[in-house]
Amino acid sequence: MSTPAPAGPAPADLRFHPLRDSATMLRRNLKHMLRYPSLTVMLVGMPIVFLLLFVYVFGGTLGAGLGGASGGRDAYVDYVTPAIILMTVTAVVQGTAISVAMDLTEGIIARFRTMHIARVSVLTGHVLGSVIQAAFALAVVIGVALLVGFRPAAGVGGWLATAGFLVALTFALVWLSVALGQVSKSVEAASNVGMPLLLLPFLGSGFVPTDSMPAGLRWFAEYQPFTPIIETLRGLLMGTPVGHNAAVALGWCALIALGGHLWSKRLFNREYAR
Amino acid sequence: MHTQHSAIAATGLRKSFGDHVVLDGIDLDVPRGSVFSLLGANGAGKTTTVKVLSTLIRADAGSAWVAGHDLTTEPDAVRAAIGVTGQFSAVDNLLTGRENLHLMADLHHLPRGDGKRRAGRLLEQFDLVEAAGKPVSTYSGGMRRRLDLAMTLVGSPRVIFLDEPTTGLDPRSRRGMWQIVRELVAGGVTIFLTTQYLEEADELADRIAVLDRGRLVAEGTADQLKRRIPGGHVRLRFADPLGLDAAARLLGEVSRDDDALTLRVPSDGSLRSLKTLIDRLDDRAIEVDELSVHTPDLDDVFLALTGNPHDEKVTSR
Repeated sequence: MSTPAPAGPAPADLRFHPLRDSATMLRRNLKHMLRYPSLTVMLVGMPIVFLLLFVYVFGGTLGAGLGGASGGRDAYVDYVTPAIILMTVTAVVQGTAISVAMDLTEGIIARFRTMHIARVSVLTGHVLGSVIQAAFALAVVIGVALLVGFRPAAGVGGWLATAGFLVALTFALVWLSVALGQVSKSVEAASNVGMPLLLLPFLGSGFVPTDSMPAGLRWFAEYQPFTPIIETLRGLLMGTPVGHNAAVALGWCALIALGGHLWSKRLFNREYAR
Repeated sequence: MHTQHSAIAATGLRKSFGDHVVLDGIDLDVPRGSVFSLLGANGAGKTTTVKVLSTLIRADAGSAWVAGHDLTTEPDAVRAAIGVTGQFSAVDNLLTGRENLHLMADLHHLPRGDGKRRAGRLLEQFDLVEAAGKPVSTYSGGMRRRLDLAMTLVGSPRVIFLDEPTTGLDPRSRRGMWQIVRELVAGGVTIFLTTQYLEEADELADRIAVLDRGRLVAEGTADQLKRRIPGGHVRLRFADPLGLDAAARLLGEVSRDDDALTLRVPSDGSLRSLKTLIDRLDDRAIEVDELSVHTPDLDDVFLALTGNPHDEKVTSR
């Protein structure tokens, strides 16, 4: 058999439009969130419950242990809020893993794969949607923190820097989460893969200073990525010294974002097997 | 191979999943503007064929061109030319019907106004206007399948793959789907249709290929396939062995079944030949309990060709 000459009409415009397609997919994901708000409500509710729990149940005792001049519950609100903010981000990205895993069980993903679209837009739609969802969740959680006595020292510049840092952090963790959602064999599995992300703030400087931990744990706590991330947040919001934490935190974010992005793309482009 | 005029051309397509050979050397040639039906039982490899030809999975060996583009080297060009409506509905359940169509219009980069008009027309054409504003999760199976196909059509594909488009639909929805397919073909689109319903292939397809365990065992028009098997016959059932014997002596070249007390008499099923047969029996006063006429249908063809009537028999409805 000879190779056929190109047949048929001239090929259609075969350029890809990743930005346009990503915007379309973002609209799709935002519609999902608006129409089925229960996941968003749960993602916002959980950090708020933890905030109230830590401030009103544990706050008096833990605050006394901080050893500051003021001490007590008021000091602890200021100490724990950056950790709760981080927890809000990890809760949202856990939701991303669930949404991605759910989406992949839908037949429409197979349709997207047979269409001439920028494939990555299926993923970027989720990423951008989650960043917007995180911004909303963070606004609510920080609002509640302010109501229960959170008194940040940050000025306008500090808040802008905090916002920028949180966007970078969310972006990085979401890409990781999109990959985790894809490797999950089921939606139930996807709801568990984010657990370590939720636990890590506890095994760092999130809820208590690392000095109070036993040696082995302290070593882990000081080197795990969430400790510099929390210390950076704390520094930006409370004016505590940031030191090299910001650079380390941004380095981790860049690393996680790049790794998550490459892993996600690779997973999505692997042979369709459903 | 006439790839110049072919919408789909394939040679030697093979695909295995582990040790399990699903496609064992498939050759296809589907002319532009025709309906080609791939007929087979569950597990014959129909869906795998569609997945390979629609770029969802890669074949292990062989080559194929779809809409004039090589599947391996130009998958993007293939994707730009095809539309796929799979066995499992490829719709977004959380969006409304209209939003699903708008989503497709946006992904095809249609200008907003054009996309809206096109969506509106498709909703009308597919009888979904009333349900357009409801979430797809509330749709019936038939509505979902119609929406699925409507979404495929938003991009005006030149080649459409329909993988078991009517499986699970009620008879009325099935006929509606057939009508839609006919209209599409009238508009010059090429349809590659898989089905396990012989009636469907007979109704719609210009050419039919029978797929059995990953191999094409026959290909041709419905009439050509029907001609490949022994012709029709009349089946006579008698009350007792005496009648059976008498009729067998009278009619000569027949096949008899002593247990069922039946005779199969070759016949074209025409009124004249039936009358002749009945007159001959009547002359000898042979009592016949029951008479039935059998014209060959694709069921006979399928069973004759695949020879596995008990193993996941093809359904004829």
